[in-house]
Amino acid sequence: MITLEHVYIFAGLIFGSIAVASALDRANPKRFGNAAFWGLLAASFLFGSHLSDFENGLLVLALVVIGGFNFLGKSAPPTTTPAQQSEIAARLGNWLFAPALIIPFVALLGTLFLKNAQFDGAPLLDAKQVTLISLGLGVVIALIVLMAWLKPSLLAPVQEGRRLADTIGWATILPQMLAALGAVFAASGVGTAVGHIATTYLPLGTPFAAVLTYCIGMALFTAIMGNAFAAFPVMTAAIGLPLIVHQFHGDVVIMAAIGMLAGFCGALTTPMAANFNIVSAALLDLDRNAVIKAQIPTAIPLLVVNLLLMYFLVFRF
Amino acid sequence: MLTLLGIAVVVLGFLIRVNPLLVIAVAALVTGLAAGMDAVHIIAVFGKAFNESRYVTVVFIVLPVIGLLERFGLQERARMLIAKMRGATTSRLLIFYLGFRQIMAAIGLASATGGQAQIVRPLLAPMAEAAAETHYGPLPQKTHDLIRAHAAAADNVGVFFGEDIFLAIGSILLIKGFLEQNGIIVQPLALSVWAIPTAICAFLIHGTRLLLLERRIKHEAAKAGAE
Repeated sequence: MITLEHVYIFAGLIFGSIAVASALDRANPKRFGNAAFWGLLAASFLFGSHLSDFENGLLVLALVVIGGFNFLGKSAPPTTTPAQQSEIAARLGNWLFAPALIIPFVALLGTLFLKNAQFDGAPLLDAKQVTLISLGLGVVIALIVLMAWLKPSLLAPVQEGRRLADTIGWATILPQMLAALGAVFAASGVGTAVGHIATTYLPLGTPFAAVLTYCIGMALFTAIMGNAFAAFPVMTAAIGLPLIVHQFHGDVVIMAAIGMLAGFCGALTTPMAANFNIVSAALLDLDRNAVIKAQIPTAIPLLVVNLLLMYFLVFRF
Repeated sequence: MLTLLGIAVVVLGFLIRVNPLLVIAVAALVTGLAAGMDAVHIIAVFGKAFNESRYVTVVFIVLPVIGLLERFGLQERARMLIAKMRGATTSRLLIFYLGFRQIMAAIGLASATGGQAQIVRPLLAPMAEAAAETHYGPLPQKTHDLIRAHAAAADNVGVFFGEDIFLAIGSILLIKGFLEQNGIIVQPLALSVWAIPTAICAFLIHGTRLLLLERRIKHEAAKAGAE
């Protein structure tokens, strides 16, 4: 059976080859920093499941030191010039979109049809992880098609992957770091403490005040944690259920559904939701906060909309 | 209450723009210590959670493919395609993508059909820039950056306010599980239906902003041309 572990090994091999290519790049004065960073990330993907929790923690600390203290250099692997790209693009025509669409297409088909596929009486892949496994499959197929069609050197995918990986740099591991921070917060009871403050110090005497506090609390706490999933249980246990549902007899389904979406408004505004807001800015070579700035004027009116929707719907059904 | 020091570290760290990796490591340490854990235990908790979250980073396996496609001029081709479509403007393109992304997310295909590395960088952003250049001529760098940021934002808004309409998405299942623990049984379908009003409002609000973006691009291009 194909599991997520196989995709991790594939990822480990990609990061590992980027590490080797980094070490050999004499043009980058910080080449060993890059090599160590991508090498450690490769180690995490290849061996993480076999390391102890403490060993994995040390590995993260090493990544933090390299990424956090600026030991990563910007590399410039040889690629085509803009003029060459225009020439190739004109020659290949719209066929160039075909391999670009292989990854989403395979991920789509895999998600839809491979879930319960069987091979020799056993499940072909882990149904719970079907999208990520299909994504890996799509990458493999796209690589084979590109190599067979355009015949670049065998090292080209590694060097091009390295070019993009170094564009993102340390931000590559930021989303994963934030997920891990969320776990430490949870283990330390941060959520309970926030809920305690909210209920102790905020005015919650009317239905409107309760809805207001719940929605804004979801947005703010999501902005702090980077994830509405962390905010939802805390705010709902502290304000949503006891006040909106029990005291003021609001509808639990409407409260929960819209409350979660109020949290998503917070996620649009925060660097803590790094995979959406920070990695995207790095990928597009923008200022770190550029994407957040583009999103805040949508997030604020939409939060108000959620608040009003909840207030006018939750006590009516 | 001391456990909240970690949050203060995060907020402060991001405000004074210390490298976020360091901010997170310090915040985790402070929070753990405040909760009475020793350093070894904190490192282990953090390492375990990091390892279990590898699925977040695994999407970067697309980078070699995207890089190869760029080497062969995919971004150029995307620009050429848009330049030929006379009716294509930046705002129309991004509004179309926003709606497409919401609908795809609503039928459970959020991670399969888009994404910052797979679609925004190689296709959507260059197309949005080319559409503006076709209509208004060469653009100043800040306008290029503005358009790119909006391409990324359209992807995010589309996913955030589409995916909750899908029954089996993580957030719906989390709500269901949490309410069950509190003795309340709800159906995922009921939850996802109530995500629809917000999804429509998100499309209207963000779509309006994208229409206004077109005017801003035109204005900035004219100003740069006059200088």
